[in-house]
Amino acid sequence: MKFSLFLASRLGKALFVVLGVVVVNFFLIRLAPGDPAAVLAGQAGAGDPAYLEQLRASFGLDKPILTQLYLYLKDVIRFDLGFSYRNHIPVLDLILERLPATLLLMSSAFIFSIIAGVTLGVLAAKARYNNRRRWLDSAVMTSALVLYATPLFWLSLMGILLFSVVLGWLPAFGMESVGSKLTGLSRAGDIGMHLILPTITLGCFFMAFYVRLTRASMLEVIGMDFVKTAKAKGVPPDAVVRVHVLRNALLPVITFAGIQLGQMAGGAVLTETVFAWPGIGRLMLDALLQRDYQLLLGIFLVTSIMVVVFNLITDIIYRFVDPRIAAGARTEGG
Amino acid sequence: MQGLLKRYMRNYGAVFGLIIIIVVSIMALAAPLLYENSPWMMVAAPLIPPFTEVAYPFGTDMLGRDITAGLVWGARVSLMIGLVSTIIALIFGIIVGAAAGFYGGSIDDALMRFTEFFQTIPQLALAVVIVAVLGPSIYSIMGAIMAVSWPPAARLVRSEFMTLKQREFVQAAIVIGQKPARIVWSQILPNAMSPIIVSASFMVATAILTESALSFLGLGDRNMMSWGFMIGASRTMIRQAWWMSVWPGVAILLTVLAINLIGEGLNDALNPQLRKRGE
Amino acid sequence: MDQPGILLSIRNLTVPLPSGGDRPYAVQDISFDIHAGEILCIVGESGSGKSMSANAIMGLLPDYLKPTNGQILFRDTDLLQQPESVLQKIRGKDISMIFQEPLSALNPLMTVGKQVSEVMQVHNEYPGEQRRRRVIDLFNFVGLPDPESLYDVHPFRLSGGQRQRVMIAIALALEPALLIADEPTTALDVTTQAQILALIARIQKEKGMGVMFVTHDFGVVAEIAHRVAVMEKGILVEQGTVDQVLNFPSHPYTKRLIAAVPRRRFDESAQASTAPPVLEIRDLKKTYMLSGGWLGKKRAIKAVDGVSFSVRSGETLGIVGESGSGKSTIGKCLLKLINIDGGQMLFKGKDIAPLTENEFRPMRNNLQMIFQDPFASLNPRHTIGKSISDGPVAGGKTRAAANIRTRELLELVGLDASSFDRYPNQFSGGQRQRVGIARALAMEPQILVADESVSALDVSVQAQVLELLQSLQEKLQIALIFITHDLRVAAQICNKVIVMHKGRIVEYGSPSQIFDAPQTPYTQSLVAAVPGKQWIPPGSGQQVSMPS
Repeated sequence: MKFSLFLASRLGKALFVVLGVVVVNFFLIRLAPGDPAAVLAGQAGAGDPAYLEQLRASFGLDKPILTQLYLYLKDVIRFDLGFSYRNHIPVLDLILERLPATLLLMSSAFIFSIIAGVTLGVLAAKARYNNRRRWLDSAVMTSALVLYATPLFWLSLMGILLFSVVLGWLPAFGMESVGSKLTGLSRAGDIGMHLILPTITLGCFFMAFYVRLTRASMLEVIGMDFVKTAKAKGVPPDAVVRVHVLRNALLPVITFAGIQLGQMAGGAVLTETVFAWPGIGRLMLDALLQRDYQLLLGIFLVTSIMVVVFNLITDIIYRFVDPRIAAGARTEGG
Repeated sequence: MQGLLKRYMRNYGAVFGLIIIIVVSIMALAAPLLYENSPWMMVAAPLIPPFTEVAYPFGTDMLGRDITAGLVWGARVSLMIGLVSTIIALIFGIIVGAAAGFYGGSIDDALMRFTEFFQTIPQLALAVVIVAVLGPSIYSIMGAIMAVSWPPAARLVRSEFMTLKQREFVQAAIVIGQKPARIVWSQILPNAMSPIIVSASFMVATAILTESALSFLGLGDRNMMSWGFMIGASRTMIRQAWWMSVWPGVAILLTVLAINLIGEGLNDALNPQLRKRGE
Repeated sequence: MDQPGILLSIRNLTVPLPSGGDRPYAVQDISFDIHAGEILCIVGESGSGKSMSANAIMGLLPDYLKPTNGQILFRDTDLLQQPESVLQKIRGKDISMIFQEPLSALNPLMTVGKQVSEVMQVHNEYPGEQRRRRVIDLFNFVGLPDPESLYDVHPFRLSGGQRQRVMIAIALALEPALLIADEPTTALDVTTQAQILALIARIQKEKGMGVMFVTHDFGVVAEIAHRVAVMEKGILVEQGTVDQVLNFPSHPYTKRLIAAVPRRRFDESAQASTAPPVLEIRDLKKTYMLSGGWLGKKRAIKAVDGVSFSVRSGETLGIVGESGSGKSTIGKCLLKLINIDGGQMLFKGKDIAPLTENEFRPMRNNLQMIFQDPFASLNPRHTIGKSISDGPVAGGKTRAAANIRTRELLELVGLDASSFDRYPNQFSGGQRQRVGIARALAMEPQILVADESVSALDVSVQAQVLELLQSLQEKLQIALIFITHDLRVAAQICNKVIVMHKGRIVEYGSPSQIFDAPQTPYTQSLVAAVPGKQWIPPGSGQQVSMPS
């Protein structure tokens, strides 16, 4: 189908998910024990009766449930995610202030995990298939297996223990060195140093996933008929892998990348907590501790939107890479 | 059945995993016998390093709590939460997936939209939000884990049912006049069980990781000492007491690794024809 | 046809199988020659090792299958002794190969033009602009439409026949001396097969190539071969000119194979029953809606478009058609495995079409089906005995009574009594089809639908199963509806044949009418496409000498 139709259908799906999250948020507040107004006000605001009245009025808490839902939706559409009493700032502003740090962390971790994961997976598959340097295959697969079983937050802590406490090579927390007023390149460099440990520990877990996926996919594609055809044409082995196997084998990686991003957003919460990284993951923890539920749910919504957008992008990329999807064709029959 | 066991035993990793899980389970079951007192009790001097005193092999934390006791009692929490939430999530996932796969059509569409929604939203964030709003307790934790772990099971069951429904032996069962309930029970389910069992083992592993993450963030049940909580409590002491964070993490790693190995071992044992020759 | 010189010579080739296989050698001590300017057909059943020899020549055998003895001599070099780099230079240039499955043999992400030009690129031939020109010329040569725009098309947009032509274009690009074809038409419709066979024969003649054609179908052999080699379980049992092997076979295996080839029976004194039809189909319709995705357009495909016919007890009706003709859909409609969109299905005068599943279920024992895939039609987790006795039990019999009946049936279909407690994976394809027949008969049906029930079987096994079906039908006077794509098989066992095309019946008549005097253009093309129909297998009456 045409690209515009494709885009429209994917956007529709995305909107549906976002709407669902908003509805879930709405009902979660109502499900919490206690007075919804107190829940919304958070621990800090619950002591202020005037504020509670204001909340009751604006959320229509005395009105029927559907009216409440409608009012809530209206607010969200106008990008009004509520007010954080504790921080004296609208929720949306607070989130937008911290969002870039999270995006930086997630993008770096994502790129790292894919590049490292695919490279190692290809190496492992080649070693297995050519039956040379089998130890490489075993080593890579064993490491992947262990990494996949490691709790993310613990890996981050161990990273700090080794590289900060014991070796002293890398900074232990924060995005920038405290108190320094660096600008330009040196500031970028400082941020970069602080970025290394969080990126690698966040990315390792997902790298393990891509290693296994890539290796399995490569081994599956290598057994397919068209690879045999390529060999029968006299194509040399490295060209067979590069031109024929790799592109086909990477298709599932693109598919799963979108799904993995959802998990990575959760992982970001843990990583930011451990490294005191000033992103929205860390903000989520603060909101938790402060019982600031409006902020908490606002972060949840923004995180979901972020993931949905990432999924949309990977869907579009996949469509361009695989011509069968653009044509709406089935993968069999003729 | 014997063939299954034999094939499983040939996989060293899977056997290793099985041994670890048996050890951990024994630890969990025997916890009240080994350590009668609650792991929350302060029993000794704070910050005793590991391997220095026989009574406290893994050391104590900054409040003088016995880390070994924490490890043993934590095993109970992890295994119980992991198993129970997985079983319930699995049952829910099987029902949804079977209904979608068997009936197809608009029922399938509706159920798939529902499943996709839960799969798209960030899982840990949803779990955190659920536990935060409902208040940390063992029930809200299990509920949160169930809410995020059922979609993959549903998808798997759905695709298995859709494939099997088209298989000729299922069509033959219809032709000879078997009733639908009997067809699902005696023809489809037994053939779908292998991937479901394998998937279940990976779900348990994920559940344990999720529970430990929640406890790490401070969302664990206050009455239950969990490995995740121990790691969370160790953060401020990382320079002074490395052992507070290392041992619980190793415990989680070994347990999850063992479960993953068992899952892979089961996968290979249940699907021998998928093994390529010469492997 | 002259024999100027030997192009390729295989001498005493032996390839062992890894331990645990059903025999120690994949191929054992085989020797044959291929001459320039001739087509040599290697014929055998599945597991005969014929594909193995083809792959061995090109060095395409998997790692665990290494030749331990013998030589493959091509232009005075032993290919088995050459390093991979030398073989790469030969592949695609001096020796080319085409494979069986056109769907999966082309890289789905690469345009067909690029895939053809790749073979030139790899061997550094036709540099620059000439390359694209050559691809266009090749597309023209193999009969592909609109070559200029076809260059940038991806394989999934082409039909099976077109993809096979692309494969042939790839194989011919550098004008190889030898073409190896490994069952290239087995996965194609019979009319497409005829076109591809004609194309290969024409190319071979024009270019003077040597062709090694692997097949299991003696009709194909009769159609295009100059010389034939017959393989059984890894051993070459007979070779010679096509006239020698097909008309005067000497080895017992060859004789058995040829005797099993489906042929028209010349005895058409079938007792035409005058009883009223037990099943009458009137104006049957079934339409599939293909959704174009969430916002795409929906397309309607009329799989069955107004079909009417009837069957009597003791009669065998054949439904013949190519893929997409609707023949399998009719089978599913008859058994009410899918809903129909129009028409009546009268079983002994009563219309079963509008019945709900619950209403119809008690009647199900009257209409039974034998399925196509022997490997998928039995539940792998149930014993044979259970699979067969489940039917009567579902109909209300006790398990004990059903088991007794099951054992009787196992004997009736020629299976050992001990089969009762064994599992499907312990049986061969032919044996599993017998189980499928027993399962159907356990219901004591009046109508039996055989949906391509012998298509997945080797020709010798196929002959046995057909014989079993015929004898059972005679004994039990069942109405048999035999769905197949193979006109020759239909001609062997059917009293009457229906020819289907695009959801409609285009012709109806006895096999000799269809074969000797087809009325409609489609039927004529279908009959003309039957490979080797000018050859009449020895032992069936008239003898015709092979055109050489």
